[in-house]
Amino acid sequence: MDSIKSELDRDRRQFIKKVLKGTISGSLLLVIPAGAGVLKIPEQIDGIRGKDWAISEQNFAFIVDITLCIGCGACCVADKREFNVPDGYYRTWVERYLKDVDDEVYVDSPNGGLDGYQTPRKDLDKPIRDTFFVPKLCNMCEDPSCVQVCPVGATFRSPDGFVLIDQKRCIGCAYCIQGCPYSVRFLNPVTHMADKCTWCYHRVRKGLLPACVNVCPTGARKFGDLNDKESEVSKILRGHGVLTVLKKDMGNYPALYYKGLRREVV
Amino acid sequence: MDAANFVFPNDLHVHWSMMIALYPYITGIVAGAFIVSSLYHVFKVEALKPISRFSLLFALAFLAFATLPLLMHLGRPERNFNIMLTPNPSSAMAGFGYIYTLYGIVLLLEILFIYRPTLVRLKEQTKGLMKLLYTVLTFGSDNLSPKSRELDHKIIKFLAAIGIPMACVLHGYVGFIFGGVKANPIWATPLMPVIFLLSACVSGIAGIIFVYSFIKKVSKQPVDMACLRTCTNYLAGFFIIDFSFEMLEVFSHSYLRTWYHHSVEGLLWGPLFNSFWVWQVGMLSVIPVFLFGWLCLTKVKDSIYRIIAPLVGLLLLIQVMFMRWNVVIGGQLMSKSHRGFTEFHPEWFDREGIIAVLVLISLPLILLFILSKIFPFWLEDEKESTG
Repeated sequence: MDSIKSELDRDRRQFIKKVLKGTISGSLLLVIPAGAGVLKIPEQIDGIRGKDWAISEQNFAFIVDITLCIGCGACCVADKREFNVPDGYYRTWVERYLKDVDDEVYVDSPNGGLDGYQTPRKDLDKPIRDTFFVPKLCNMCEDPSCVQVCPVGATFRSPDGFVLIDQKRCIGCAYCIQGCPYSVRFLNPVTHMADKCTWCYHRVRKGLLPACVNVCPTGARKFGDLNDKESEVSKILRGHGVLTVLKKDMGNYPALYYKGLRREVV
Repeated sequence: MDAANFVFPNDLHVHWSMMIALYPYITGIVAGAFIVSSLYHVFKVEALKPISRFSLLFALAFLAFATLPLLMHLGRPERNFNIMLTPNPSSAMAGFGYIYTLYGIVLLLEILFIYRPTLVRLKEQTKGLMKLLYTVLTFGSDNLSPKSRELDHKIIKFLAAIGIPMACVLHGYVGFIFGGVKANPIWATPLMPVIFLLSACVSGIAGIIFVYSFIKKVSKQPVDMACLRTCTNYLAGFFIIDFSFEMLEVFSHSYLRTWYHHSVEGLLWGPLFNSFWVWQVGMLSVIPVFLFGWLCLTKVKDSIYRIIAPLVGLLLLIQVMFMRWNVVIGGQLMSKSHRGFTEFHPEWFDREGIIAVLVLISLPLILLFILSKIFPFWLEDEKESTG
């Protein structure tokens, strides 16, 4: 009798131990798993993984193909989710251009194009003869105004061509926001610091494409290393297509190129 | 809203609001007031002697609060010293901390040296806490021998002389903070530092005329007419050059008809029509120009002059305030899309709101009142007190 009872007790103890172990390891798995998972995703940009300190070997460029953008807004949604961007502020946005029969140009970007362009504009009375979409994001200039004007050096340009903000140094003076000719910067109402598109530096450095490029269903957004002669952006830039940058006269030398850009676009 | 109006999504917000309009306004008054004092101390305009000491204290009162609007504006004000600890040499903004501090030291030293004989006398006449204060302000030295007075004068002249370029740099530099922003066509002009500097002189001199007349009126003391008339003449001169440059900027660009003009004309004739053309140019510039013509070119009776001169001073104080508004806030109303304009609605109770602005603009005046209890403004007061 006693032996049966002690066995039952042992079983109960074992049971409680197992439940406890299960609970602890289960919760640990919930908390820790993130980092490991990322590297299981196949590398999207070649030659990055396993070379943590060779950051000046690449020279990244971003190409937006206007002729391919359908204004679905998937890029904007991906971006907002990737960075938890506060409402009313935009790291990237999509503009809709309309030209009426008299060549009058109308542009809008309600909610930054976050909801996609599902219905036509109703406030124009003349027939529209042409329409196209223009995604906008940080131009990652070679000679960036924001880096020049930042009084504390919080905004800087990395050796691989990214213009980034040091969140430990920014004083939130907003001079960089005034200085940026492309209005890609904003003062984040949560952190009270300057914020902008980073071309998903955290993803790129793990061999992944920027979130917006990753989700673009038509391939209108392209990203890659210009030093890699086999990359898509390399081929486009060395190809015969018409490529241009925004506000060339500003003299900032953007690394964001537009394919098929129209003269109406500012 | 016009169907063709398009503002970049991030341009809907006016990031530099009233505090940043107030900041050049206050530093401008500092620089302008210093110029008045230098006209006497360096350029020997004897008629300005009665207000030469007062104008320095006036400058100090405003200088003490010149950085407060910046702190109110900064997103992370606790990091403000980064601007002096880790400055970025390529930034037009990074030098402000140094220029401001150096200028503050020069101004404070000049006041202490000019007031030294007075402070030494007051030290002997007062007791307790005030005596201690005067001892500190004179650095414990009560040597008033002719030799030491002569050294004082040399130092004063040196400080006033280096003070002039520093006052010019302080405010011309503030103008360059705006003039150096190439992305904004209404700011990016080499004339911006010049216009800021001249309008600084205008606001400083106008402020001195207004406050001087006001204090004399309230304390029922006689106004020194020679001083008031000279000061008004200088104000007229500075204002005419200032106004000419402001108009030259608009005129030359509207004549050149470049891309710049097409961007800016929609702003000046659209959202800024009232605050620029009606107020800044019409009511607050053209009317003062005629009043100056009357005051400076005809023989106006002293009793009328005493009323009109501070009135013109007040009008010009408001003119410069409108100019700062139109440049700082107005410049941001134009989107970098060059296709439309955003709107700015000041809040009452915001950190950068109207109440905060009103409190901030009254702080220098309160400090000026406190300073008047330590440093006697007028030479006449001193004669009475010394018997």
